[in-house]
Amino acid sequence: MTTATPTAVRGAGERRRTGSIAWHAGALLVLAVVLYPVIWVVGASFKPSKDIIASLDLLPTEPVWENFSGLADGISGISISSFFWNSLVYALLAVAGVVLSSSLTAYAFAKIRFAGRNLLFTLMIGTLLLPYHVLLIPQYVLFRNLELTDTLVPLVAGKFLATEAFFVFLMVQFMRGLPRELDEAAKLDGCGHLRTYWAIVLPLSRPAVITSAIFTFINAWNDFMGPLIYLNTPEKYTVSLGLMMFRDQEGISDYGSMIAMSLVALVPVIAFFMAFQRYLIDGMATSGLKG
Amino acid sequence: MTLVKEAPVRPAGKRSAPPAAGRRGRRRENLAGYLFMSPWIAGFLLLTAGPMIASLYYAFTSYNLFTPPKWVGLDNFTTMFQDPRWQKSVEVTLKYVVVATPLKLLLALGVALLLAQKRRGQGLYRAAFYMPSLIGASVSVGFVWRALFSDDAVVDRTQKVFGLDAGGWIGNPDYVLYALVALSIWQFGAPMVIFLAGLKQVPQELYEAAEVDGAGPLRRFWNITLPMISPVLFFNVLLESIHAFQVFGSAYVVSDTRCGPADATLVYTCYLYQKGFKEAQMGFASAMAWTLVVAVALVTAVLFWSQKKWVHYEEAAK
Repeated sequence: MTTATPTAVRGAGERRRTGSIAWHAGALLVLAVVLYPVIWVVGASFKPSKDIIASLDLLPTEPVWENFSGLADGISGISISSFFWNSLVYALLAVAGVVLSSSLTAYAFAKIRFAGRNLLFTLMIGTLLLPYHVLLIPQYVLFRNLELTDTLVPLVAGKFLATEAFFVFLMVQFMRGLPRELDEAAKLDGCGHLRTYWAIVLPLSRPAVITSAIFTFINAWNDFMGPLIYLNTPEKYTVSLGLMMFRDQEGISDYGSMIAMSLVALVPVIAFFMAFQRYLIDGMATSGLKG
Repeated sequence: MTLVKEAPVRPAGKRSAPPAAGRRGRRRENLAGYLFMSPWIAGFLLLTAGPMIASLYYAFTSYNLFTPPKWVGLDNFTTMFQDPRWQKSVEVTLKYVVVATPLKLLLALGVALLLAQKRRGQGLYRAAFYMPSLIGASVSVGFVWRALFSDDAVVDRTQKVFGLDAGGWIGNPDYVLYALVALSIWQFGAPMVIFLAGLKQVPQELYEAAEVDGAGPLRRFWNITLPMISPVLFFNVLLESIHAFQVFGSAYVVSDTRCGPADATLVYTCYLYQKGFKEAQMGFASAMAWTLVVAVALVTAVLFWSQKKWVHYEEAAK
């Protein structure tokens, strides 16, 4: 570039500029399509119920608040906040369970040389490809016989028992990448495995742990099939089931509240996403690649 | 590493022996290993292996939860194969997998190629494109989809502008499945991110060399990019098709809770859910579940077999 004549430089610069404009035009076009439903739901939540389907406008001509204020009444005598509280408890328990059990398991796979490790690791990876539905019915029968249906136990038990192989795998991959010298030095200093895990490996695995925690939170928050199968009392419903209650009453008049609640239900996920998107996306990419 | 050179006294080389070496040490390591992974072992036995055996047994029984399972041999499977609704659910699911997966991956790859160029605002675009993958599974987005694709709503009206008077997609058995397909494609962010990571690994020298040889962009894509990212492509195809086989929530929420109209979105898991949890036919549902396992295993096996022909793993690299 430095040896090029001035005209050549300008030519290249111009070409680069038109290329850049074309690039941004293309990217913005895709962006518009991708974000349309998200912007639409924000706009629709401020439209009067009758306009939500019929109006073509992305944003309301005259914003109204009644959709949100209507939420305060709750549905069928249950306050909206109870759905949110239930979802929050579910999601936080799920996060605690996954982080704790998956990191312990991952530490064993990555840092302890024990007999049968390879076989167990293969089994663990195998469960990644297993359709969940084959376990659905016997698990339901199990929890029903234990009289634990209509509680959160069936929804979070698996999280505390490291059944989410994806996160174990993610953490194993990460822990394997940590320099061996660190835990060997700890061992020479007389640290047992528990201490090495807690004081060295776990803190260093923060990116993998955070990724797992965020994915778990969002998955639990979005979870639909689990609560649908296990929860029967409306007071115990999570947000997903609460939303379905709105839908099932099928009064067109309530379309506004339904859309408003949909938006409110998305807020935690979108907030989480905005705060941690870097971790999430990198975690997604690395876990996919190292396979 | 330099330590080894300075201290040649130690015969065995680099790694110093752990303090409690020998048989006792090994036994202690074994114990530690199993203790650390005891949550997983308990989970595997209780929630994976045990249930798998149980469901295999249920598949050969008639079981309604209230009376003990009764052995019926292959009855569930024979009724299943002759059941028109089961056949319909297979048809719907295959259609969904075959249409949604390639389109989603195509879009994911296209956008990844776009984002692989170094431009300003790249990170923002990447984040925005990824967002639907996270919220797409929620009931909220199901409702949004219902609203966007229903009669006289945005999609319908846009179609009318082009003279395509189809009516809403949601109420129309011929179209409603494609509303689900659209929802799946919209979540192209996850495979896109994996493609992007793959594209970053392609050595730039290859492109430079090809350019010197006079290869155009299309040729470079076909002869360099595609082979170089084929392992990532394989991973995405495998993951996305397995996911597509198991779609449930969107079929339940976007169409209606019976996966209609006219069973048009009766995906496999929706029928499984109806049989198991609405009609309490646990035996039949288990037979369905095992058939799904076999189908997914077959698809996985075929994909793994086919990768010899089109996936290039670099062995000499590094």
